[in-house]
Amino acid sequence: MNRLIIKGGRVIDPSQGIDKISDIFIEKGKIKAVEENISIENAEIIDASGKIVTPGLIDIHVHLREPGFEAKEDIESGSMSAAAGGFTSVACMPNTNPPADNKSVVEFITEKAKRVGLVNVYPIGAISKGLKGEELSEIGDMKHSGIVGISDDGEPVMNSNLMRRALEYSSMFELPVISHCEDLNMSGEGVINEGLTSTILGMTGIPATAEEIMAARDIRIAEFTGGKLHIAHVSTKGCVELIRQAKAKGINVTAEATPHHFTLTDESVKTFDTNTKVNPPLRTAEDVEAVRQGLKDGTIDAIVTDHAPHTIEDKEVEYDYASFGISGLETSLPLVITYLVNTGILTLSQAIEKMTINPANIINVPKGTLKPGSDADITIIDIEKSITVDTKKFKSKGKNSPFNGWELKGSVAMTIKSGNIVYKNNGD
Amino acid sequence: MPLKCRDILGLEHMETDDIKIILKTAESFKQILERDIKKVPTLRGKSMVTLFYEPSTRTRSSFELAGKYMSADVINFSKATSSVNKGETLKDTAKTIEMMGVETVVIRHPAAGAPHMLARHLDAAVVNAGDGAHEHPTQALLDLFTIKQKKGKIEGLKVAIIGDILHSRVARSNIWGLKKMGAEVVTAGPKTLLPPFLDELGVKVYTKVEDAIDNADVVNILRIQLERQKKGLFPSLREYSIIFGIDSDKLKYAKEDVLIMHPGPLNRGIEISSEVADSDRSSINEQVTNGVAVRMAILYLLMGGGKPGEQANY
Repeated sequence: MNRLIIKGGRVIDPSQGIDKISDIFIEKGKIKAVEENISIENAEIIDASGKIVTPGLIDIHVHLREPGFEAKEDIESGSMSAAAGGFTSVACMPNTNPPADNKSVVEFITEKAKRVGLVNVYPIGAISKGLKGEELSEIGDMKHSGIVGISDDGEPVMNSNLMRRALEYSSMFELPVISHCEDLNMSGEGVINEGLTSTILGMTGIPATAEEIMAARDIRIAEFTGGKLHIAHVSTKGCVELIRQAKAKGINVTAEATPHHFTLTDESVKTFDTNTKVNPPLRTAEDVEAVRQGLKDGTIDAIVTDHAPHTIEDKEVEYDYASFGISGLETSLPLVITYLVNTGILTLSQAIEKMTINPANIINVPKGTLKPGSDADITIIDIEKSITVDTKKFKSKGKNSPFNGWELKGSVAMTIKSGNIVYKNNGD
Repeated sequence: MPLKCRDILGLEHMETDDIKIILKTAESFKQILERDIKKVPTLRGKSMVTLFYEPSTRTRSSFELAGKYMSADVINFSKATSSVNKGETLKDTAKTIEMMGVETVVIRHPAAGAPHMLARHLDAAVVNAGDGAHEHPTQALLDLFTIKQKKGKIEGLKVAIIGDILHSRVARSNIWGLKKMGAEVVTAGPKTLLPPFLDELGVKVYTKVEDAIDNADVVNILRIQLERQKKGLFPSLREYSIIFGIDSDKLKYAKEDVLIMHPGPLNRGIEISSEVADSDRSSINEQVTNGVAVRMAILYLLMGGGKPGEQANY
């Protein structure tokens, strides 16, 4: 497929401030032109009339589980899931087995992803060797192998001095430090948000403070070191406020939020559905509102899924024993459209911005734009289409979604990576 | 009158009418327990299993006797003696037992919601015999029954629940049940053992025991577990006993005829002094008998059908 024209769609590219009906001409996997009424000979035509055409969506927080946990997900199934969710690029967390704390694992991931070839997979390297929070991993060497950030996601860095060194050291390579903010002493054996719901259910709570004190600490260290801090999966009102203040002070900090944290509250745990078990936990209605406001006013830059696929065995157990995590890639876009765009919290363009150019800038990759010369990574979206979430149809191995059965608006019509169609919705 | 609920999972969602039916039915069974020959054929041909994932003596024995007095076949599974130890999932264990033909599964489990999970997967009736710190409905029902027997009513009484509310399923189920039956509920305990937003359950919350038991009709004292101290929730059992232990001195604040309750087993000299535990105001021993009566009522209502009292008079 050498020449491709996507015709008649409403092209939204926040990186260039474009929002108009336009055609896109693609040649040899690159974007050649975004103009009205393009006519080229020998080009395949994709009719996008009535649809939204955007840069390929980017999710900078996913768990692809390979190597080590292939029963939950592997790079192939995760790539298929991403493509079905409209994503052309994902950044994957290093908590695999072995963890991505060295060049060889990083290169395994990039090589495997290239062989699969469905989406761009950007590995995130571990901050510390073995995710143990003790010594820095070989960050520079991993950078040469293609990491786009460092994180001990899931294993919060409790040692403040290590976090200091990570922010200092990584700044040499312009790598963001992605912080999973959680004071492990305070979260302890908690399984849900600490609040009225945990009181009623008699479950051990994880207080909002456990997230906020670490966000405050890391912001302080970022200010001190000048390092590039990215706060992962913001879930509390207090955390949103801390980031807002930090940005006002000019500290080099960015932040992300997940669809589950702007749609669900801890009330949903009352069903004992283990698919509601996630870390950070689902919080209160007040927190959900604060996350939405943080997205609206720009405090929160990016929308990510924290895609955390698990097996049935991981989840079909008692709530206390179930694994944390939600399989999120295939519900993200409709949740954004239904709960942020259709409710007027974000314009469609703002929402796309938080799923394209903003995350691309955070991990510093030349993606998320339709500028001529860019890779032709494109998502075509039908925002009017109603869908019913059916986890059985997920491409992901992880069927663990609390949104199963939900009726949402918005659907991915087609996902194109480097000019190749990697997903096409056949209407089923 | 049959129950509206098909499982006994907790009192938060149990209808007040169901609570009243169970308390009423338990009266007939208590009379049976006072007979020389307690065995009645009410549940002959029915079977139940007690599935205990936590050590328990009194609750399991109480359920077992309740079933046996009514001629049900009772088998016991516990963590130490079954495939529970071999990594079988709760769902598989329960399904296996159900396929052997039991009508009722009584489960105690350290994880909140485990009985609810079973109820979703099983056709058999599920009775929650304690799930984590969530609910212990049969204990609360026997507590309600005891209060009603001793005080003649529940409505309008002031009931103080003292101790480790944070980890107590007994406290939670009691709060729901007492509120539904019209009692005033107050709680007291160390700040570190009081869960957040407890007042939103419609109870008054104190950290001073004397304030809570002031003019109380009933004082229900919770067991304190040593492991809570090890987790840093309070400094020592000694200090707990001094500040929160119920002795005759503290009881002076309560009504003269205050009813003393405790779900057992007792830590004498820690949360309750022996003097209080053994006083004639204590119903601690009678609670145990009432536990059998209430559990007979529940098993009968779940498995027996028919009108309450009808078959109980066999």
